[in-house]
Amino acid sequence: MTQARMTVNGVPVQADVEGRTLLVDFLRGTLHLTGTHVGCDTSQCGACVVHVNGKAVKSCTMFAFEAEGALVRTIEGMAGADGALGPIQQAFRDEHGLQCGFCTPGMVMSTAALLTENPKPTQNEVRAYLEGNICRCTGYNNIVRAVLVASGQDVNLLAAE
Amino acid sequence: MYAFEIERPTTIAAAVAALGFEGAQALGGGQTLIPSMKARLASPAVLVSLTSIPEMRGVCLSDDGMVCVGGATPHALVAVEAAQYFPALAALAGQIGDPAVRNRGTVGGSLANNDPSACYPAAALGTGAVIITDRRRIAADDFFNGMFSTALHEGEIVTEVRFPVAEKAAYVKFHQPASRFALVGVFVAKYADGVRVAVTGASEGGVFHWAEAEVALSGDFSAAALDGLKVNADGMIGDVHATPEYRAHLVKVMAKRAVAGAT
Repeated sequence: MTQARMTVNGVPVQADVEGRTLLVDFLRGTLHLTGTHVGCDTSQCGACVVHVNGKAVKSCTMFAFEAEGALVRTIEGMAGADGALGPIQQAFRDEHGLQCGFCTPGMVMSTAALLTENPKPTQNEVRAYLEGNICRCTGYNNIVRAVLVASGQDVNLLAAE
Repeated sequence: MYAFEIERPTTIAAAVAALGFEGAQALGGGQTLIPSMKARLASPAVLVSLTSIPEMRGVCLSDDGMVCVGGATPHALVAVEAAQYFPALAALAGQIGDPAVRNRGTVGGSLANNDPSACYPAAALGTGAVIITDRRRIAADDFFNGMFSTALHEGEIVTEVRFPVAEKAAYVKFHQPASRFALVGVFVAKYADGVRVAVTGASEGGVFHWAEAEVALSGDFSAAALDGLKVNADGMIGDVHATPEYRAHLVKVMAKRAVAGAT
Protein backbone atom coordinates (compact mmCIF):
# COMPACT_ATOMS: atom_id res chain seq x y z
CA MET A 1 0.00 0.00 0.00
CA THR A 2 1.03 3.58 -0.54
CA GLN A 3 -0.38 6.96 0.28
CA ALA A 4 -2.17 8.90 -2.45
CA ARG A 5 -2.12 12.59 -1.58
CA MET A 6 -3.46 15.27 -3.90
CA THR A 7 -5.87 18.16 -4.13
CA VAL A 8 -9.02 17.31 -6.06
CA ASN A 9 -11.27 20.17 -7.13
CA GLY A 10 -9.72 22.32 -4.43
CA VAL A 11 -10.11 19.78 -1.63
CA PRO A 12 -7.00 18.11 -0.15
CA VAL A 13 -7.44 14.35 -0.04
CA GLN A 14 -5.33 11.44 1.07
CA ALA A 15 -5.92 7.73 1.30
CA ASP A 16 -4.07 4.44 1.41
CA VAL A 17 -4.15 2.82 -2.01
CA GLU A 18 -2.42 -0.05 -3.73
CA GLY A 19 0.39 0.93 -6.07
CA ARG A 20 -1.59 -0.40 -9.00
CA THR A 21 -4.62 1.80 -8.26
CA LEU A 22 -5.31 3.88 -11.33
CA LEU A 23 -6.07 7.56 -10.89
CA VAL A 24 -9.55 7.03 -12.31
CA ASP A 25 -10.25 4.26 -9.80
CA PHE A 26 -9.05 6.49 -6.97
CA LEU A 27 -11.38 9.27 -8.13
CA ARG A 28 -14.39 7.03 -8.68
CA GLY A 29 -13.91 4.28 -6.11
CA THR A 30 -12.22 6.04 -3.21
CA LEU A 31 -13.50 9.60 -3.57
CA HIS A 32 -16.86 8.61 -5.14
CA LEU A 33 -16.40 11.23 -7.86
CA THR A 34 -18.16 9.13 -10.48
CA GLY A 35 -18.52 11.89 -13.05
CA THR A 36 -15.25 10.78 -14.63
CA HIS A 37 -16.04 7.76 -16.79
CA VAL A 38 -14.16 4.67 -17.86
CA GLY A 39 -15.05 3.91 -21.45
CA CYS A 40 -12.40 1.70 -22.97
CA ASP A 41 -9.83 1.37 -20.17
CA THR A 42 -7.16 1.26 -22.90
CA SER A 43 -6.49 5.02 -23.28
CA GLN A 44 -8.26 5.20 -26.62
CA CYS A 45 -11.59 6.84 -25.86
CA GLY A 46 -10.91 9.82 -23.60
CA ALA A 47 -14.00 9.48 -21.38
CA CYS A 48 -11.66 9.50 -18.35
CA VAL A 49 -9.83 12.76 -19.16
CA VAL A 50 -9.13 14.91 -16.09
CA HIS A 51 -6.62 17.68 -15.46
CA VAL A 52 -3.46 17.05 -13.45
CA ASN A 53 -1.62 20.28 -12.69
CA GLY A 54 -3.59 21.93 -15.46
CA LYS A 55 -2.77 19.32 -18.12
CA ALA A 56 -5.34 16.98 -19.65
CA VAL A 57 -4.48 13.34 -19.01
CA LYS A 58 -6.23 10.01 -19.38
CA SER A 59 -6.84 9.02 -15.78
CA CYS A 60 -7.18 5.34 -16.76
CA THR A 61 -3.55 5.41 -17.91
CA MET A 62 -1.93 6.98 -14.88
CA PHE A 63 -1.48 5.58 -11.40
CA ALA A 64 -2.91 7.43 -8.41
CA PHE A 65 0.56 7.57 -6.85
CA GLU A 66 1.83 9.48 -9.88
CA ALA A 67 -0.48 12.38 -8.96
CA GLU A 68 1.34 12.83 -5.64
CA GLY A 69 0.94 16.44 -4.53
CA ALA A 70 -0.84 17.39 -7.76
CA LEU A 71 -3.80 19.66 -8.34
CA VAL A 72 -6.43 17.48 -9.95
CA ARG A 73 -9.58 18.78 -11.56
CA THR A 74 -12.47 16.59 -12.62
CA ILE A 75 -15.83 17.22 -14.25
CA GLU A 76 -17.30 17.80 -10.77
CA GLY A 77 -15.02 20.82 -10.51
CA MET A 78 -16.43 22.41 -13.64
CA ALA A 79 -19.81 23.34 -12.18
CA GLY A 80 -20.38 26.23 -9.79
CA ALA A 81 -20.64 25.68 -6.03
CA ASP A 82 -24.42 25.94 -6.38
CA GLY A 83 -24.45 23.23 -9.04
CA ALA A 84 -24.92 25.68 -11.92
CA LEU A 85 -23.33 24.46 -15.15
CA GLY A 86 -20.00 26.01 -16.11
CA PRO A 87 -19.78 27.81 -19.45
CA ILE A 88 -18.43 24.80 -21.35
CA GLN A 89 -21.06 22.51 -19.87
CA GLN A 90 -23.77 25.06 -20.70
CA ALA A 91 -22.56 25.29 -24.29
CA PHE A 92 -22.66 21.48 -24.65
CA ARG A 93 -26.22 21.55 -23.37
CA ASP A 94 -27.32 24.46 -25.54
CA GLU A 95 -25.78 23.05 -28.71
CA HIS A 96 -26.89 19.45 -28.11
CA GLY A 97 -23.26 18.43 -27.84
CA LEU A 98 -24.23 15.20 -26.14
CA GLN A 99 -26.75 12.43 -26.49
CA CYS A 100 -26.04 9.51 -24.16
CA GLY A 101 -23.53 11.65 -22.27
CA PHE A 102 -20.98 8.94 -21.57
CA CYS A 103 -18.11 10.70 -23.34
CA THR A 104 -19.14 14.16 -22.15
CA PRO A 105 -16.99 14.44 -18.98
CA GLY A 106 -13.88 13.79 -21.05
CA MET A 107 -15.05 16.05 -23.86
CA VAL A 108 -15.63 18.91 -21.42
CA MET A 109 -12.25 18.45 -19.72
CA SER A 110 -10.41 18.27 -23.06
CA THR A 111 -12.29 21.36 -24.21
CA ALA A 112 -11.25 23.22 -21.07
CA ALA A 113 -7.62 22.29 -21.74
CA LEU A 114 -7.93 23.38 -25.37
CA LEU A 115 -9.44 26.76 -24.53
CA THR A 116 -6.70 27.42 -21.98
CA GLU A 117 -4.04 26.81 -24.65
CA ASN A 118 -5.97 28.35 -27.52
CA PRO A 119 -8.90 30.59 -26.48
CA LYS A 120 -10.29 31.07 -30.03
CA PRO A 121 -9.68 27.81 -31.90
CA THR A 122 -10.79 27.23 -35.46
CA GLN A 123 -13.13 24.40 -36.28
CA ASN A 124 -10.19 22.31 -37.54
CA GLU A 125 -8.19 23.02 -34.41
CA VAL A 126 -11.12 21.84 -32.29
CA ARG A 127 -11.39 18.62 -34.26
CA ALA A 128 -7.65 18.00 -34.05
CA TYR A 129 -7.51 18.63 -30.31
CA LEU A 130 -10.46 16.33 -29.59
CA GLU A 131 -9.02 13.44 -31.61
CA GLY A 132 -8.41 11.47 -28.42
CA ASN A 133 -12.03 11.79 -27.32
CA ILE A 134 -14.42 9.40 -28.99
CA CYS A 135 -18.20 9.96 -29.19
CA ARG A 136 -20.42 7.27 -30.66
CA CYS A 137 -23.64 9.31 -30.66
CA THR A 138 -23.35 12.82 -31.98
CA GLY A 139 -21.22 12.57 -35.10
CA TYR A 140 -19.13 15.32 -33.49
CA ASN A 141 -20.63 18.32 -35.32
CA ASN A 142 -22.63 19.51 -32.33
CA ILE A 143 -19.66 18.96 -30.06
CA VAL A 144 -17.51 21.15 -32.28
CA ARG A 145 -20.26 23.79 -32.29
CA ALA A 146 -20.45 23.61 -28.51
CA VAL A 147 -16.71 24.17 -28.17
CA LEU A 148 -16.85 27.14 -30.52
CA VAL A 149 -19.79 28.61 -28.61
CA ALA A 150 -17.92 28.05 -25.33
CA SER A 151 -15.02 30.01 -26.83
CA GLY A 152 -17.36 32.94 -27.49
CA GLN A 153 -17.28 32.59 -31.28
CA ASP A 154 -20.21 33.00 -33.62
CA VAL A 155 -20.96 29.50 -34.90
CA ASN A 156 -23.31 30.79 -37.58
CA LEU A 157 -20.41 32.55 -39.29
CA LEU A 158 -18.22 29.47 -38.90
CA ALA A 159 -20.83 27.16 -40.38
CA ALA A 160 -20.23 28.86 -43.73
CA GLU A 161 -16.46 28.36 -43.45
CA MET B 1 -2.96 -6.03 -13.46
CA TYR B 2 -0.72 -7.74 -10.96
CA ALA B 3 0.43 -5.90 -7.83
CA PHE B 4 3.89 -4.34 -7.63
CA GLU B 5 6.06 -2.23 -5.37
CA ILE B 6 6.70 1.44 -6.14
CA GLU B 7 9.93 3.42 -6.15
CA ARG B 8 9.93 7.16 -6.79
CA PRO B 9 13.55 8.29 -7.02
CA THR B 10 14.37 11.97 -7.46
CA THR B 11 17.88 11.50 -8.88
CA ILE B 12 19.25 9.41 -11.74
CA ALA B 13 21.62 7.65 -9.34
CA ALA B 14 18.77 6.60 -7.08
CA ALA B 15 16.78 5.39 -10.08
CA VAL B 16 19.68 3.25 -11.28
CA ALA B 17 20.00 1.76 -7.80
CA ALA B 18 16.27 1.01 -7.65
CA LEU B 19 16.38 -0.66 -11.07
CA GLY B 20 19.04 -3.02 -9.78
CA PHE B 21 16.42 -5.08 -7.97
CA GLU B 22 15.18 -8.23 -9.63
CA GLY B 23 11.97 -7.66 -11.59
CA ALA B 24 12.30 -3.88 -11.51
CA GLN B 25 11.02 -1.93 -14.49
CA ALA B 26 11.32 1.77 -15.35
CA LEU B 27 8.05 3.68 -15.70
CA GLY B 28 8.18 6.77 -17.92
CA GLY B 29 4.85 8.33 -18.83
CA GLY B 30 3.23 4.90 -18.80
CA GLN B 31 1.28 5.37 -22.02
CA THR B 32 2.44 2.01 -23.31
CA LEU B 33 3.52 0.27 -20.12
CA ILE B 34 0.29 0.77 -18.17
CA PRO B 35 -1.92 -0.68 -20.95
CA SER B 36 0.60 -3.53 -21.26
CA MET B 37 0.36 -4.20 -17.52
CA LYS B 38 -3.44 -4.18 -17.70
CA ALA B 39 -3.25 -6.79 -20.44
CA ARG B 40 -0.73 -8.73 -18.30
CA LEU B 41 1.81 -8.50 -21.08
CA ALA B 42 4.09 -6.95 -18.45
CA SER B 43 4.11 -7.76 -14.76
CA PRO B 44 7.04 -6.01 -13.06
CA ALA B 45 7.65 -6.70 -9.38
CA VAL B 46 8.87 -3.14 -8.82
CA LEU B 47 7.98 -0.04 -10.83
CA VAL B 48 10.57 2.72 -10.75
CA SER B 49 8.87 5.97 -11.74
CA LEU B 50 11.20 8.32 -13.62
CA THR B 51 8.92 11.35 -13.72
CA SER B 52 10.05 12.90 -10.42
CA ILE B 53 13.66 13.37 -11.53
CA PRO B 54 14.16 17.08 -12.38
CA GLU B 55 17.49 16.47 -14.16
CA MET B 56 15.68 14.27 -16.71
CA ARG B 57 13.14 16.86 -17.76
CA GLY B 58 13.45 19.82 -20.11
CA VAL B 59 14.54 21.02 -23.54
CA CYS B 60 17.59 23.13 -24.42
CA LEU B 61 20.00 23.92 -27.27
CA SER B 62 23.63 22.89 -26.85
CA ASP B 63 26.59 24.96 -28.03
CA ASP B 64 27.31 22.39 -30.75
CA GLY B 65 23.88 22.71 -32.36
CA MET B 66 21.94 19.88 -30.79
CA VAL B 67 18.51 20.00 -29.20
CA CYS B 68 18.89 18.26 -25.84
CA VAL B 69 15.76 16.66 -24.46
CA GLY B 70 15.65 15.11 -21.00
CA GLY B 71 14.59 11.47 -21.11
CA ALA B 72 11.48 12.06 -19.01
CA THR B 73 10.30 15.11 -20.97
CA PRO B 74 6.71 14.71 -22.15
CA HIS B 75 5.92 15.08 -25.86
CA ALA B 76 3.73 18.13 -25.26
CA LEU B 77 6.68 20.03 -23.78
CA VAL B 78 8.96 19.11 -26.69
CA ALA B 79 6.24 20.22 -29.13
CA VAL B 80 6.32 23.69 -27.58
CA GLU B 81 9.89 24.19 -26.40
CA ALA B 82 11.79 22.62 -29.32
CA ALA B 83 9.82 24.65 -31.87
CA GLN B 84 12.25 27.59 -31.80
CA TYR B 85 15.29 25.34 -32.29
CA PHE B 86 14.14 22.48 -34.50
CA PRO B 87 10.61 22.85 -35.91
CA ALA B 88 10.51 19.39 -37.53
CA LEU B 89 11.30 17.70 -34.21
CA ALA B 90 8.69 19.79 -32.40
CA ALA B 91 6.11 18.99 -35.09
CA LEU B 92 6.83 15.27 -34.73
CA ALA B 93 6.34 15.43 -30.97
CA GLY B 94 3.10 17.35 -31.50
CA GLN B 95 1.66 14.58 -33.70
CA ILE B 96 2.15 11.69 -31.29
CA GLY B 97 -1.09 10.13 -30.02
CA ASP B 98 -3.48 12.82 -28.82
CA PRO B 99 -3.11 15.81 -26.45
CA ALA B 100 -3.71 13.79 -23.28
CA VAL B 101 -1.21 11.12 -24.32
CA ARG B 102 1.35 13.83 -25.18
CA ASN B 103 1.05 15.26 -21.67
CA ARG B 104 2.26 11.95 -20.20
CA GLY B 105 4.34 10.05 -22.77
CA THR B 106 8.10 10.70 -22.75
CA VAL B 107 10.88 10.61 -25.32
CA GLY B 108 12.93 8.16 -23.27
CA GLY B 109 9.99 5.84 -22.89
CA SER B 110 9.23 5.91 -26.59
CA LEU B 111 12.82 5.17 -27.62
CA ALA B 112 13.33 2.45 -25.00
CA ASN B 113 10.12 0.74 -26.09
CA ASN B 114 10.96 1.00 -29.83
CA ASP B 115 7.46 0.31 -31.06
CA PRO B 116 7.76 -0.34 -34.81
CA SER B 117 5.10 2.30 -35.47
CA ALA B 118 6.24 4.96 -32.98
CA CYS B 119 7.27 8.42 -34.18
CA TYR B 120 10.31 9.21 -32.02
CA PRO B 121 12.51 6.40 -33.38
CA ALA B 122 12.19 8.08 -36.80
CA ALA B 123 13.41 11.37 -35.34
CA ALA B 124 16.32 9.72 -33.57
CA LEU B 125 17.45 7.72 -36.60
CA GLY B 126 16.60 10.51 -39.03
CA THR B 127 18.78 13.03 -37.23
CA GLY B 128 21.57 10.71 -36.12
CA ALA B 129 20.70 11.50 -32.52
CA VAL B 130 22.85 10.58 -29.55
CA ILE B 131 21.02 8.61 -26.88
CA ILE B 132 22.56 9.27 -23.50
CA THR B 133 21.97 6.77 -20.72
CA ASP B 134 23.00 6.61 -17.09
CA ARG B 135 26.22 4.85 -18.19
CA ARG B 136 27.10 5.64 -21.84
CA ARG B 137 26.29 7.41 -25.10
CA ILE B 138 24.76 5.40 -27.93
CA ALA B 139 24.50 6.58 -31.54
CA ALA B 140 20.97 6.18 -32.92
CA ASP B 141 22.46 4.07 -35.74
CA ASP B 142 23.52 1.51 -33.09
CA PHE B 143 20.48 1.81 -30.82
CA PHE B 144 17.55 0.16 -32.59
CA ASN B 145 17.73 -3.63 -32.77
CA GLY B 146 14.43 -4.50 -34.41
CA MET B 147 10.84 -4.40 -33.21
CA PHE B 148 10.61 -3.63 -29.45
CA SER B 149 14.34 -4.23 -29.07
CA THR B 150 17.18 -1.80 -28.40
CA ALA B 151 20.82 -1.73 -27.35
CA LEU B 152 19.79 -0.84 -23.79
CA HIS B 153 20.87 -3.22 -21.06
CA GLU B 154 18.70 -4.39 -18.21
CA GLY B 155 18.03 -1.44 -15.91
CA GLU B 156 19.69 1.12 -18.20
CA ILE B 157 17.86 4.47 -18.37
CA VAL B 158 17.64 6.90 -21.28
CA THR B 159 18.45 10.10 -19.41
CA GLU B 160 18.77 12.47 -22.38
CA VAL B 161 18.54 12.51 -26.16
CA ARG B 162 20.52 14.94 -28.33
CA PHE B 163 19.12 15.67 -31.77
CA PRO B 164 21.51 17.44 -34.20
CA VAL B 165 19.60 20.35 -35.74
CA ALA B 166 19.25 19.91 -39.51
CA GLU B 167 19.55 22.59 -42.20
CA LYS B 168 16.16 21.46 -43.42
CA ALA B 169 13.93 18.69 -42.13
CA ALA B 170 10.37 17.43 -41.97
CA TYR B 171 8.43 14.49 -40.61
CA VAL B 172 5.36 13.36 -42.50
CA LYS B 173 3.11 10.77 -40.97
CA PHE B 174 0.19 8.83 -42.41
CA HIS B 175 -1.92 8.44 -39.28
CA GLN B 176 -3.50 5.12 -38.44
CA PRO B 177 -6.69 6.82 -37.31
CA ALA B 178 -7.68 4.38 -34.57
CA SER B 179 -4.36 4.08 -32.75
CA ARG B 180 -2.92 7.44 -33.92
CA PHE B 181 0.41 5.67 -34.42
CA ALA B 182 2.12 6.01 -37.79
CA LEU B 183 0.81 3.68 -40.46
CA VAL B 184 3.95 4.96 -42.15
CA GLY B 185 6.03 7.94 -41.06
CA VAL B 186 9.13 9.34 -42.73
CA PHE B 187 11.66 11.75 -41.24
CA VAL B 188 13.90 13.50 -43.77
CA ALA B 189 16.77 15.71 -42.63
CA LYS B 190 19.39 17.56 -44.68
CA TYR B 191 22.83 18.12 -43.12
CA ALA B 192 26.03 19.59 -44.48
CA ASP B 193 27.44 16.07 -44.93
CA GLY B 194 24.36 14.49 -46.51
CA VAL B 195 20.70 13.63 -46.13
CA ARG B 196 19.20 11.15 -43.68
CA VAL B 197 15.88 9.40 -44.25
CA ALA B 198 14.30 7.30 -41.50
CA VAL B 199 11.10 5.30 -41.89
CA THR B 200 8.79 4.10 -39.11
CA GLY B 201 5.56 2.13 -39.15
CA ALA B 202 6.48 0.20 -42.28
CA SER B 203 8.98 -2.55 -41.55
CA GLU B 204 8.67 -5.67 -39.42
CA GLY B 205 12.21 -4.82 -38.33
CA GLY B 206 11.12 -1.48 -36.89
CA VAL B 207 12.56 1.89 -37.84
CA PHE B 208 15.07 1.83 -40.71
CA HIS B 209 17.21 4.01 -42.97
CA TRP B 210 16.01 4.25 -46.55
CA ALA B 211 19.53 4.20 -47.91
CA GLU B 212 18.70 4.64 -51.63
CA ALA B 213 16.70 7.76 -50.85
CA GLU B 214 19.54 9.14 -48.75
CA VAL B 215 21.93 8.78 -51.70
CA ALA B 216 19.47 10.28 -54.17
CA LEU B 217 18.59 13.23 -51.94
CA SER B 218 22.19 13.94 -50.99
CA GLY B 219 22.81 14.61 -54.70
CA ASP B 220 19.58 16.49 -55.34
CA PHE B 221 17.35 17.52 -52.42
CA SER B 222 14.06 17.53 -54.29
CA ALA B 223 10.97 15.32 -54.26
CA ALA B 224 11.62 14.52 -57.92
CA ALA B 225 14.92 12.92 -56.95
CA LEU B 226 12.90 10.03 -55.48
CA ASP B 227 10.81 9.43 -58.62
CA GLY B 228 12.95 6.62 -59.96
CA LEU B 229 13.11 4.70 -56.66
CA LYS B 230 10.89 1.80 -55.67
CA VAL B 231 10.47 0.44 -52.16
CA ASN B 232 10.40 -3.34 -51.88
CA ALA B 233 7.41 -4.74 -49.99
CA ASP B 234 9.40 -7.71 -48.61
CA GLY B 235 9.55 -7.50 -44.83
CA MET B 236 6.94 -4.75 -44.62
CA ILE B 237 4.20 -5.00 -41.99
CA GLY B 238 0.92 -6.41 -43.26
CA ASP B 239 -2.21 -6.14 -41.12
CA VAL B 240 -5.91 -5.29 -41.33
CA HIS B 241 -5.03 -1.63 -41.85
CA ALA B 242 -2.61 -1.94 -44.76
CA THR B 243 -0.87 -4.56 -46.86
CA PRO B 244 2.93 -4.70 -47.16
CA GLU B 245 2.60 -3.37 -50.73
CA TYR B 246 0.52 -0.42 -49.57
CA ARG B 247 3.01 0.43 -46.83
CA ALA B 248 5.89 0.19 -49.29
CA HIS B 249 4.06 2.58 -51.57
CA LEU B 250 3.38 4.99 -48.71
CA VAL B 251 7.07 5.13 -47.77
CA LYS B 252 7.87 6.89 -51.02
CA VAL B 253 4.79 9.11 -50.92
CA MET B 254 5.53 10.23 -47.35
CA ALA B 255 9.21 10.74 -48.17
CA LYS B 256 8.38 12.94 -51.15
CA ARG B 257 6.00 15.02 -49.06
CA ALA B 258 8.63 15.36 -46.36
CA VAL B 259 11.23 16.59 -48.85
CA ALA B 260 8.74 19.01 -50.40
CA GLY B 261 7.74 20.34 -46.98
CA ALA B 262 11.17 20.45 -45.35
CA THR B 263 12.00 23.73 -43.63
